[in-house]
Amino acid sequence: MPGYAERVKVFGIYIQGGPIGVVVTTGGIRRVIEFRAVTKRFEDGTIAVDELDLTVEAGTITVFVGPSGCGKTTSLRMVNRMIDPTSGTILVDGKDVLTVDPPTLRRGIGYVIQQAGLFPHRTVLDNIATVPLLSGWDKRKARTRAAELLEIVGLDANFGKRYPAQLSGGQQQRVGVARALAADPPVLLMDEPFSAVDPVVREDLQNELLRLQAEFDKTIVFVTHDIDEALKLGERVAVFQTGGHLAQYAKPAELLSAPANDFVASFVGRDRGYRTLTFLHADVPVHPVTTAKLGERVTITDWTLVVDEENRPKGWLSGVDGEVEVAEKDLISGGSLYDGTTLRGALDAALSSPSALGVVVDGAGAVTGVVHAGDVIQALAKARAAGEVPK
Amino acid sequence: MTWIFENWERFWEVTAVHLRLSVVPVLIGFVLAIPIGWWASRSQTARAILFPFANVLFTIPSIALIVITPVLIGVKILDEINVIVPLVVYTVALMVRAVADALAAVPGNVVAAANAMGFRPLRRFLTVDFPLALPVTIAGLRVATVSNISMVSVGALVGLGGYGQLFTEGYQTDNTDKVLAGLIGTVVLALLADGLLLLVGRLLTPWARVGR
Ligand SMILES: Nc1ncnc2c1ncn2[C@@H]1O[C@H](COP(=O)(O)OP(=O)(O)OP(=O)(O)O)[C@@H](O)[C@H]1O
Ligand SMILES: [Mg+2]
Repeated sequence: MPGYAERVKVFGIYIQGGPIGVVVTTGGIRRVIEFRAVTKRFEDGTIAVDELDLTVEAGTITVFVGPSGCGKTTSLRMVNRMIDPTSGTILVDGKDVLTVDPPTLRRGIGYVIQQAGLFPHRTVLDNIATVPLLSGWDKRKARTRAAELLEIVGLDANFGKRYPAQLSGGQQQRVGVARALAADPPVLLMDEPFSAVDPVVREDLQNELLRLQAEFDKTIVFVTHDIDEALKLGERVAVFQTGGHLAQYAKPAELLSAPANDFVASFVGRDRGYRTLTFLHADVPVHPVTTAKLGERVTITDWTLVVDEENRPKGWLSGVDGEVEVAEKDLISGGSLYDGTTLRGALDAALSSPSALGVVVDGAGAVTGVVHAGDVIQALAKARAAGEVPK
Repeated sequence: MTWIFENWERFWEVTAVHLRLSVVPVLIGFVLAIPIGWWASRSQTARAILFPFANVLFTIPSIALIVITPVLIGVKILDEINVIVPLVVYTVALMVRAVADALAAVPGNVVAAANAMGFRPLRRFLTVDFPLALPVTIAGLRVATVSNISMVSVGALVGLGGYGQLFTEGYQTDNTDKVLAGLIGTVVLALLADGLLLLVGRLLTPWARVGR
C-alpha cells in the first residue's frame, strides 16, 4: 500500500484535472459559515440552541464541544437544514441556507454521522459513490472517484466490494469520511465521527483528518464531547454549555489559559496546566548525547544512546564497565521521542526516558540530541512569566 | 395417489386455477400494502387506526368473507373476484404490519445519513428504506402466500375452482384418493412458492447474510 504522501500526490494531480480529469474540484473555494442569533426551540419547548452567534472561518477545523444535550448536533444540523432554526440566520458563504432547497444544499455539504451510518445494503464503493450518483454523475465516473477516495482514506482497494458489516468500526468510519468527501464539497460537517472506535484507532483517524484538512483546505465543523479531541483538532473550539449557550469560542491555547467562566474551566479539566504545554513552543536547549552503533566496541562511562545506521534511536546502554561490544540484548528501551515542537512532548520525553534525558529527533527520526526535564520546567516558568500559562 | 396419474389433465387444470387464485391476490395485496405500510410507519395515528382494523379483519372467517363479498361489491356469485377480493384483504391486513415494522426498523442513523447526503423522499424510499425493509417484508410475503394457497380451497364452497374442488367432489363421491390429491397439491404448491420466495429474497438481499 502506498504511503500517505504518495496517496495525496495522486489525488493532487487528480483534482487539478489530471489524467482522468473527472473531478469537479472546488478549486480553492473557501466557505465561511456564520450563525447569526440562531435559536432552536423544539415543539416540546426544549431550547436546544440559544441565540448562537458564531463564525466558522473558511478552511479551518472548528470544533463544537460540550456535555451531552447542549445542542451541538442541533447546531450542526441547522447548517445543512436537517433542522431549521426557530429564529436567526445561518449563512454559508454569505448565502442564507433557508433560501436553498435542502437536497441541493446537502449535496454540497459533506456529512459524517456518528457510527458512520453507512448503507448496509450497498458495497463500500457504492456507499462512497452515493453523492456523486445523486448529483447525476455517470456510474463509471462515480465509481472511479469512489475508488480514489478509498485510497485517500487509507483503505485497500479490495475493501470496495465488501458490505459495511464486513468492516471494523474504524474502517467503517474511514468509509464514512470518504463518502462525505466524494463530491469534493467545500464544507464538511462531522458529528462525533470517531466516538465509537478505540483510542488507538481514534488517534489514527484524527491524524488522518488533520492531514486531509491540511491538503484539501475544507471548512470543517467537528462535533465531539471529548475535550482532548477538541483541543487536538480544533483551530478554534466552541464550548457549549447545557441549555444551548455558547460559553466560549476561542483558540485551544486560550481556552486553557483564559477560560471564560467556571464551566469552561472545569470542562477543560483539572490537568489543563499540563495540557497547556501542548500549545507552548518555548525553546528548550538541546544537549549533545553520546551515541554508539550496534556491534561497535565502546567504553561506556555514562548513559549511551544506541542508534541504527540511519542514526535513529534504538535504546539506551548503561551500567557496564570498561570496553564492551554494543549488543541488542543489553539495550534498555527508551521513552517517548521529542520532535522539537511542543513543551509537552519535551517534558514527556524527559520524564519517560530511563536516562532522564529526553531524546530529540528530526523529521526523519534521526537523533539530534537530548533535553533535560529541568530545562523544560525553566521554559515553563518563562512562559508563565509571559502570561501564557493558566494561573 | 393413483387419482393424480389417472386424471393428470384435470389435476393440472385445477392447479393452474389454484395458483392464479392465490398468486393474484398476493401480488395486488403486496402492492397495496407498501404505501399503506409506509404510511403506518410514519404516523402514530395511522398505526392506531390500521393495526386494530387489520387484526379485526383477520378474525373474520374466510368463508364468511367469501360469501359476503358478492353482496358487498355486487358481482355474480361464481365470479373469481369473490375469492380474489377477500384474499387481497387478508394479504393487505397481514403485509401492512410487516411492511410498517420493517420500515420502522431501518436504523435511524442510516436514514439520517441518507437525508444528509441529499436524497429526495421518493428516491430515498426506493433505494434506501425499502431495500433495507426487504428481508422482513419478504418474510411477511411468504406467510401471506402460504396462507393464501391454503385459503383458496374455501372458494370451492361457493363453486370456484382450485384444489378445493377436489376436496368437495372427493368428499361427495367418497373418493379419498381425490381428497388426498387436493391435499398433496396444496402442500406441494405452498412449499414450492415458499421456497421460491426464499430464493428470490436471498438473491435480492445478499448483504443481509454477511459479516454476522
Ligand atoms: N427532535 C427533538 N425534539 C425535542 N427535543 C430535541 C429534539 N432533538 C434534540 N432535542 C433536545 O435538544 C437538546 C440538544 O440536543 P442535541 O442533540 O443537539 O445535543 P448534543 O449536544 O448533540 O448532545 P450529544 O452529545 O448527546 O449528542 C437536548 O436537550 C435534546 O434532548
Ligand atoms: Mg449529538
